[in-house]
Amino acid sequence: MEKKWEEMSSDEKQEAQLQKWLSPKDPEGNDLQFQSPQAEKAFKERATRLKDAIQMKKRPDRVPVFTIYGFFPALYAGFTPQEVMYDYDKCNIAWKKYVLDFAPDGHIGPWVPGPGKLFDILDYKLYKWPGHGVSPEYGYQCNEGEYMKADEYDAFIDDPSNFYSNIYLPRIFGALEHFTTPHIADVLEMYGAGLNFIPYGVPPVQAAYKALLEAGNEALKYIGVVGACNNELAAAGFPTFWDGPAKAPFDMIGDTLRGTKGIMVDMYRQPDKLLKAMEVMTPLVVKNAVAGAKVGGVPIVAVVMHKGADGFLSDEQYKKFYWPTFRRVLMGLIAEGIVPFCFAEGGYNSRLEIIRDLPKGKVIWWLDRTDMAKAKEVLGDVACIGGNLPPGLLAVGTPQQVKDYTKKLIDTCAKGGGYILGNGTVMEQAKPENLHAMIDTAKEYGVYK
Amino acid sequence: MSGELVKLLSDLKEPEALAFVEKALGGGVDPVDLLGETKEGMNIVGQRFASQEYFIPDLVFSGEILKGINKMLEPHLKKREEAGRLGKVIMGTVAGDIHDIGKDLVVFMLDVNGYEVMDLGVDVPAQKFVDTIKDTGSTVVGLSGFLTLAYDSMKQTIEAMNDAGLRDKAKVMIGGGQITEEIRKYTGADAYGKDAMEAVKLAKGWI
Repeated sequence: MEKKWEEMSSDEKQEAQLQKWLSPKDPEGNDLQFQSPQAEKAFKERATRLKDAIQMKKRPDRVPVFTIYGFFPALYAGFTPQEVMYDYDKCNIAWKKYVLDFAPDGHIGPWVPGPGKLFDILDYKLYKWPGHGVSPEYGYQCNEGEYMKADEYDAFIDDPSNFYSNIYLPRIFGALEHFTTPHIADVLEMYGAGLNFIPYGVPPVQAAYKALLEAGNEALKYIGVVGACNNELAAAGFPTFWDGPAKAPFDMIGDTLRGTKGIMVDMYRQPDKLLKAMEVMTPLVVKNAVAGAKVGGVPIVAVVMHKGADGFLSDEQYKKFYWPTFRRVLMGLIAEGIVPFCFAEGGYNSRLEIIRDLPKGKVIWWLDRTDMAKAKEVLGDVACIGGNLPPGLLAVGTPQQVKDYTKKLIDTCAKGGGYILGNGTVMEQAKPENLHAMIDTAKEYGVYK
Repeated sequence: MSGELVKLLSDLKEPEALAFVEKALGGGVDPVDLLGETKEGMNIVGQRFASQEYFIPDLVFSGEILKGINKMLEPHLKKREEAGRLGKVIMGTVAGDIHDIGKDLVVFMLDVNGYEVMDLGVDVPAQKFVDTIKDTGSTVVGLSGFLTLAYDSMKQTIEAMNDAGLRDKAKVMIGGGQITEEIRKYTGADAYGKDAMEAVKLAKGWI
């Protein structure tokens, strides 16, 4: 008899999750129909190659290759970022074309562009997007700001859900300025319960709910088109390798709650509240990511890391503010058999010894400007590493330069397995011939003998 | 008493520094002297950042303390002393890119090292750089960009300087998350720096 989920070890859970990923289902829950027996074989080979690199139990047949990108597929297909955000068919076409033309071992799914009209409807304040604050040729970018005020930690710590629904959402979505939810305690008795609903009769509140309904309709329209992308690619033999997402609590607060400046000043003025808020947030991050991975059927969760990079914090600050709750998020994901794909933007040289402290074969460290020889030396026996090929080289270099760099990376990092080749950070523009050079070199030069 | 504010500020002791300024002003200390001490204090913060004793949060917080001190000093000062600046540097994040953390670090380090910085902000059109060079006669321009798409904006900005006949009048340095020697060549910049300290070094060499 099969073991119950809660009786399984994290090793067994990871194996079960990855096995499930190796045998994808269609939206009805039946076994996915591959385009051909060759496509099925290719899917299994690609996914197994990535799985072997992650688990470090055996060496893959060759170095797997994976790329991360922003709007590159749009530009490559001849569309602007604005077009793929507003025309979902174009998004679908571009994101599929990228994977089919370049044939990496895994892909990140089509979620980069997102539904532009939905953001218009809600008047999303956290970002500027093409045609809405940045030009149609550029991707979206975050608006730095203090979306949570310095004196709101207590409100957040006491009741994060209430803070999100009734304070944060109205602040980050212009159309939800008057959004409100009733407090559940007030409807437990019929006596007076009806009074709770008065706010919903007020026109501005009704307008907020109307905006939500419209956004919901738009989301369905979007998913109806773009949602098919991952399944179609799977049927063609290409596994999705990213889902989630999760984040380090420090980045969650520092990116879009308190902002970079806000959190850094809080480290001095109210360190205990900052630490407490991150603690409160930790189990919520895990729960969200686990739920997200279940919906997508992809147990590899993207964890994009920002403010713990070299230079951003001292080692002491990193150990006090960044790592403890971040590690707990990672351990929480690992306990559910999820593989955190930790994407460390910038340099992570000074953190390597610290992040070593995780169980073996459970996490991927995707490194941007970190010294890869050092990363292999410090992390090589405990974790899969990847990344580092500079997007600048892909943008302006020659195929020969890219080939040389790729070979050097393989020579430095591939020994013994536990390595995935790829570009160090999100690329928006690249010469297609350079991308081919990177991917093809990995496939030829990266074969383990 | 002299030097105490330098120490409090450079050691990031916010309540103590503010209390000290309040007491000193009450006791009749010349606010110009206090202003001098804050400059010295910020210069030490910059040195500590350069030697990796301080990191970004420390820099950001020192700026916050300074803001508090300046607020107390300003009513007592006739006008801000701006004498003795080493030279003018124009800084901005190039068109299409709104990232400012890296750019702000460079502005901070140039400022505490004695340069007058004209910070044009983010998403700065090429023409704005050209106009500012013309208006100020500045001979050093810093272009910042985080996105890979910024490569082209940097290139276009430098071309715009060329077209305006200004390229031989001002040196251009570039910097940002994904800038390398290949990108420097691609954009036509004179130099690139991998951090804010290198920007200061470059400015020193050029002014």
